[in-house]
Amino acid sequence: MSTKVQPITSQPNIAEKATTLSNEEILRYSRHLIMPEVGMEGQLKLKNAKVLLIGTGGLGAPLGLYLAAAGVGHLGLVDFDVVDFTNLQRQVTFGSDDVGKPKAAAAQSRLSNLNRDIQIETFETKLTSENALELFKNFDIIVDGTDNFPTRYLVNDACILLGKPNVYGSIFRFEGQVTVFGMPDGPCYRCLYPEPPPPGLVPSCAEGGVLGVLPGIVGSIQAMETIKLILGTGESLKGRLLLFDALAMKFRELKLRKNHSCPMCGDHPTITKLIDYYEFCGVRGEEAPGPDVQVPEITPRDLKSRLDRGDDLFILDVREPHEFQICNLNGHLIPLGELPRRVHELDSSREIVAHCRSGKRSAEAVDFLRKAGFRKILNLKGGILAWSDEVDPSVPKY
Amino acid sequence: MSVKVIIPTPLRVYAGKADSTEVSARTVGEALGQLTSKFGDLRKHLFTEEGKLRSFVNVYVNDEDIRYLSKENTPTKDGDTISIVPSIAGGLL
Repeated sequence: MSTKVQPITSQPNIAEKATTLSNEEILRYSRHLIMPEVGMEGQLKLKNAKVLLIGTGGLGAPLGLYLAAAGVGHLGLVDFDVVDFTNLQRQVTFGSDDVGKPKAAAAQSRLSNLNRDIQIETFETKLTSENALELFKNFDIIVDGTDNFPTRYLVNDACILLGKPNVYGSIFRFEGQVTVFGMPDGPCYRCLYPEPPPPGLVPSCAEGGVLGVLPGIVGSIQAMETIKLILGTGESLKGRLLLFDALAMKFRELKLRKNHSCPMCGDHPTITKLIDYYEFCGVRGEEAPGPDVQVPEITPRDLKSRLDRGDDLFILDVREPHEFQICNLNGHLIPLGELPRRVHELDSSREIVAHCRSGKRSAEAVDFLRKAGFRKILNLKGGILAWSDEVDPSVPKY
Repeated sequence: MSVKVIIPTPLRVYAGKADSTEVSARTVGEALGQLTSKFGDLRKHLFTEEGKLRSFVNVYVNDEDIRYLSKENTPTKDGDTISIVPSIAGGLL
């Protein structure tokens, strides 16, 4: 896939600012215009604003919808992914007919139907250190709706180098964080988190998942902050980290200070160009991190053959109880986090095959057990997902 | 000093699903020590092997980042809230 930016519509080098609203626009935005905080002047600011959305997924969905509805004149959508069936649980710009289509194009279609007066540009490309600066420079505000650490640091750094505000939002299961980085005298992402977590240390598989409406709320807050920045009204989240706990339905706020020693935005910055963010985050040149540990494996087909042959294998399932309820291989369930305490339930004289959903957690389990002295232990390569693909399609994938 | 420690979602699984806990401590360092005594599995997620707070975990007393106070020596008083705020990237899975 080409990483050079290929906008679908051409961008004028010098945009002519709109100075009037048509009668149709006045009618469309009447509820904005009758508010003194917006008025004709504010609506024109929105019309002349150029906002770039990085990611058109869970956060990008409400962002795109509300910014388009508000009349932001020029929206850019960056996403190289295609719509997946599992996205529909939360990515509400897409419909069932969009499954398999490129996300940026599907979002563009939905948003232009919502508002035909605005310009929507799509960039079906991966954001990289090679294209980020070129891509960002024609926009006023960047909104970070991505889902991985390398891209978050890339977006941050590019915004600081170009002097663009970065409306940041992130989510995890039931929690969200929102703030605005990249403002003059304000902090940047590196002020908050100078370093990313090494891959594998922040809980992922077992603790993953997200309540679909959560990015809806957090993305809407990001849209609100973007609109406020454009209008120059209200108090932005610059210097404030908004924490949202959806289960407790509590909002909290923490002070975010600019770190004057920050290597990116401090008084004496040492980072003056974009770096290799995958290397920075410890993910060496791969889309997704490879298995963290190398352990002996067995493929689903081989496991099936051995079970059919009558081999005495002990199946250890290291997933969580709620996953066991979705589907299981009749294994003995010990969630990975409980393994150290429950290792006595395992008989090291028996041959054990450990599995989880995709093979990552069970690889950790096998590594742990080998270090604990277990010699006859194998990891089911690809987990129960691979079992469904290769052996028994009636096992649901999730 | 009775202090409430708020445990963020990604770490709740290591704290028996608790979203917060009360500890008795005079400094942030003491409070975190009590927390990891109560929930041993949290230790490696909060601290390096040398016992330093991990760089992708921020700790606040009420709404102030301890890096701008006295770090782990920041004193705590009755009713203070300690928030642990780890880096989260997205939530897509």
